[in-house]
Amino acid sequence: MDPVTRRAFIKGVIAAGATATSAAYLFRGPGALLGQTSAPGSVERLITLNVNGQMRRVDVMKQETLAMTLRYKLGLTGTKLGCDRAECGACTVLIDDVPHYSCSILTHTVRSRPVVTIEGLASATGELHAMQRGVLDEQGFQCAFCMPGFIMSAVGFLKVNPNPTRQELAHGVSGNLCRCQDYDKILTALMKGAEYMRGPSNA
Amino acid sequence: MPDGKLIGTNYLPPDHIAKVTGRAKYAEDFRADGMLFAKLLLSPMPHARVRGIDTSAALAIPGVKAILTADEVPDLNGAEKALTNEPLYTGEPILAVAAVSEEIAASAIEAIQLDLEPLPFVVDPLDSLRPGGPNARTNGNVWGAPRPPAPGAQGPAPAPVPETVKWTDADFADDEGDPGRLPMGKAPEEWSFGDLDAGFKNAELVLDESFIVQSTGHHPMETRSAMAYWQNGKLYLHASTQSVAFTLANVARWVGVPPSDVVLICEYTGGGFGSKGAGAVSSAIPALLAKKANAPVMMRISREEESYIGRARTNMSGRARVGFAKDGRITALDLFIVQDSGAYGPMGDHRSAGNAASLIYQPGAMRWRAINVITNTPPRTQQRSPGPMQANGIMEPIVTKAAKRLGLDQVAIRRINAPKGKAVYGPPGPNGVRPHATSAFVTEALDKGAQVFNWEERKARSGKRQGSKVRGIGVTVGPHGSGSIGWDAIMTLRPDGKLYVQSGVGNLGTHSVFDLARAAADVLAMPWEKVEVVWGNTGKHLPWTCLSVGSQTTHAMTRANHAGALDAKKKLQEVAAMDLGGSPDDYELGNERVYRRGNPGRGLSYTQAARRAIELGGRFDGHVVPDDVNQMTKTSAAALVGLGLMGIAKDNFPRDGNTFSFVIGFAEVEVDVETGKVTLVDYLSVGDVGTVVNPRSLIAQLNGGSCLGIAHALCQKWVVDPQYGVTLARRFHYNKPLTILDIPNKLQAVALDIADPETPVGARGVGEPPVGAGYGAVLNAIADAIGVDAFRRAPVTADIVLMSLEHGRRMHEPLRAHL
Repeated sequence: MDPVTRRAFIKGVIAAGATATSAAYLFRGPGALLGQTSAPGSVERLITLNVNGQMRRVDVMKQETLAMTLRYKLGLTGTKLGCDRAECGACTVLIDDVPHYSCSILTHTVRSRPVVTIEGLASATGELHAMQRGVLDEQGFQCAFCMPGFIMSAVGFLKVNPNPTRQELAHGVSGNLCRCQDYDKILTALMKGAEYMRGPSNA
Repeated sequence: MPDGKLIGTNYLPPDHIAKVTGRAKYAEDFRADGMLFAKLLLSPMPHARVRGIDTSAALAIPGVKAILTADEVPDLNGAEKALTNEPLYTGEPILAVAAVSEEIAASAIEAIQLDLEPLPFVVDPLDSLRPGGPNARTNGNVWGAPRPPAPGAQGPAPAPVPETVKWTDADFADDEGDPGRLPMGKAPEEWSFGDLDAGFKNAELVLDESFIVQSTGHHPMETRSAMAYWQNGKLYLHASTQSVAFTLANVARWVGVPPSDVVLICEYTGGGFGSKGAGAVSSAIPALLAKKANAPVMMRISREEESYIGRARTNMSGRARVGFAKDGRITALDLFIVQDSGAYGPMGDHRSAGNAASLIYQPGAMRWRAINVITNTPPRTQQRSPGPMQANGIMEPIVTKAAKRLGLDQVAIRRINAPKGKAVYGPPGPNGVRPHATSAFVTEALDKGAQVFNWEERKARSGKRQGSKVRGIGVTVGPHGSGSIGWDAIMTLRPDGKLYVQSGVGNLGTHSVFDLARAAADVLAMPWEKVEVVWGNTGKHLPWTCLSVGSQTTHAMTRANHAGALDAKKKLQEVAAMDLGGSPDDYELGNERVYRRGNPGRGLSYTQAARRAIELGGRFDGHVVPDDVNQMTKTSAAALVGLGLMGIAKDNFPRDGNTFSFVIGFAEVEVDVETGKVTLVDYLSVGDVGTVVNPRSLIAQLNGGSCLGIAHALCQKWVVDPQYGVTLARRFHYNKPLTILDIPNKLQAVALDIADPETPVGARGVGEPPVGAGYGAVLNAIADAIGVDAFRRAPVTADIVLMSLEHGRRMHEPLRAHL
């Protein structure tokens, strides 16, 4: 099953005859999806998520995004929200090994599917993932707010193309923005991570 | 220049593991028990007066805990407050709600009845200057020159007051048939030097051109979200700032409490680029809501909200009349700037732009005039190279055109005008003397760049069309002030054998927050593994530290920490001489020991010396501190007393001149004349930025700064609807930032690594000068490819390229500010 995107969800809501005021959307935002529900008739649901190899029981509202669940219900704040609208990629996580913007995935759609966040890359004993070591060695990134998203995008892309050219890897992570615009060093660092991932120690 | 080994080498910064594992906590990553969520009610109008607010329905919603209005926010002497009853731009926060969930807070916002009286508004500075044009504020439309303080006046400077300035119909009509020529009416600010008329009379070529430098939002990846709670009467604020120590007093002022009642925590800042220079005034909202609701409050700022309250660059409409001698030397420069300060301010970028133009082009005579206009557009603040970058935008197309007309090489014309050594700039001061730079090695940087970039080889192929593609090359000297003086350092050498360096610098990922400790470690011959940097929390006793804006931190804080470490060194020598005989000068440092010169066995380990310092007390362990350090430093030192041998000092090193850095950008572009697409093929920056402190980070600053300039040349802009006063360039989608696919496969950057003679560590700042270099170099390269008259605004997007090529002249709306 494809994950339901925010766009598809909103379309569905509109098709179903629900109303949304454009003024609210323009100036106030629809409100993030936290804590208690207020819409009458909505049902809170206790579900099980597979996050970073652990089965986590969590109470998730129907309209809650994966980014909010990770950050506010599961304490996994390594996943960053840069735009909350699928523009910047800071919230990228792996779902079934494929990079997704977690700000635009409804949590209920990833039940029983493995989710990996930046916190899940290192081994249980704390040994860093090859990509993390690559980033450390080349000191990619400056403020690093975009770093978790970039790393998850790169790890996901390398599962498909483990030996990319610099240009190919740039395309692979082109859905991620960096405002420090450290792109040159980021790419060097991610290439180093790719090299380490291919290396004998990670065979 | 110390003979240490840390300055000039790469290292793994102490925060990198936390960053790479996702454990680094930014403001929105903190939680507190019982935490509420805040939402903002933003003004739907560009200028209005709040006549009434009915919150009864909102307060009746279960879960709503508090509503904060502008009346409850301390007055700031007329300056921008976190909330307002007279919104001056669309999107300005009017009130805030705290509730048990963000969803409920948003529902409460919906339920509030707001009665707004619309007021006249204007979003384009020229529209405000037209006869009968609207004023952005009820009391004026222009910020005048700063008023000099009254004789003997104490305390803060008086609040600036807007004036009303309108130009005449004749001013606007005087365009000689060219609608793109910037009108020049009354300018409240002006300075000059030299004989301008003679300069123009002696010129071989005189050009008169106008250029529109756009505004863009800063949009750091981390918005200005903040979380606050109160404990025992003290405010604990998790916020995002570029400057931790310096922001403390601002937060206290915004919230209306003494600084001693504020603890500001910011170990990681997700970018700022000037927009979080001394914190964000909006951080007062969760602080005041938390007090009112008696519970912690998280205020998450969305990307769209960041578009309104997140600050932007001042846009400038500039006109320059420039006289050139036959060899390209600038004989006269008459520069006129209309600056858009946005709804608040006043901004001073226009002054920095005038100074920068005088510095990098070294005109024989110059006049600078400017008018600083208020508009009903989101607030401006310094954005990475505020002023000099805009000066590059206004001036570079003219210099490029002059070189073409005079048959000169583009590098040569910049070389002949380049600042050298203690180059003078700006207007004469009250003493009649023009200020000067500490040093400039621009000629060397231009020569180095031309060689590394294979300038001559690329020149041979530029302008030649191949299929639908044509290439062009460009070069620009980007300048920026790069260092302040007079700040403090505190460090303690403790009995555990480690050196603890207190760092009040913000952690933006430039690594200056840690680099300063390497300057100290070098003086004390301390291995890096034994250095602990204490940063990111004003509860951790930080010294008086510069703002991390204006590329000043590396220069300022390496100096201060060099001074602090020299103080520690002196004390180590004194302790050793006291215990082991001889004079302090007989002792030197090495292997974590202070020992008799020539007799390493006769000495004290740092651990022993730290214990002795604690026993001795007095100035050795911080019981007595120098008189000349700032009160903040004294307060922090008092909390660190007795922990070890304390190095504490103010930077009193002399400095002759003001510190500037220079970066030269070299660009090659390829323009597709059928699609209008501009592709950056290659880019090189060359830094004249003093001694290299942290090579890898320096190159990253050169590249990252260049990319911001490149983005301004190619894609980023602001769009504001003049009819409704609504910002259309919200979020990333409408204001395309540079992506990883927009840069060449490999950027090149090199540094001269020539020490600045006026600072003991030799280092100058680097963050900003690459921006103007990138902007100018790419604009020049495009002009080289498709003609010097193809555009006169930035960004040069495909539609501008195609329209110009199609019609053989500039077609785009010439003088609109936010197009």
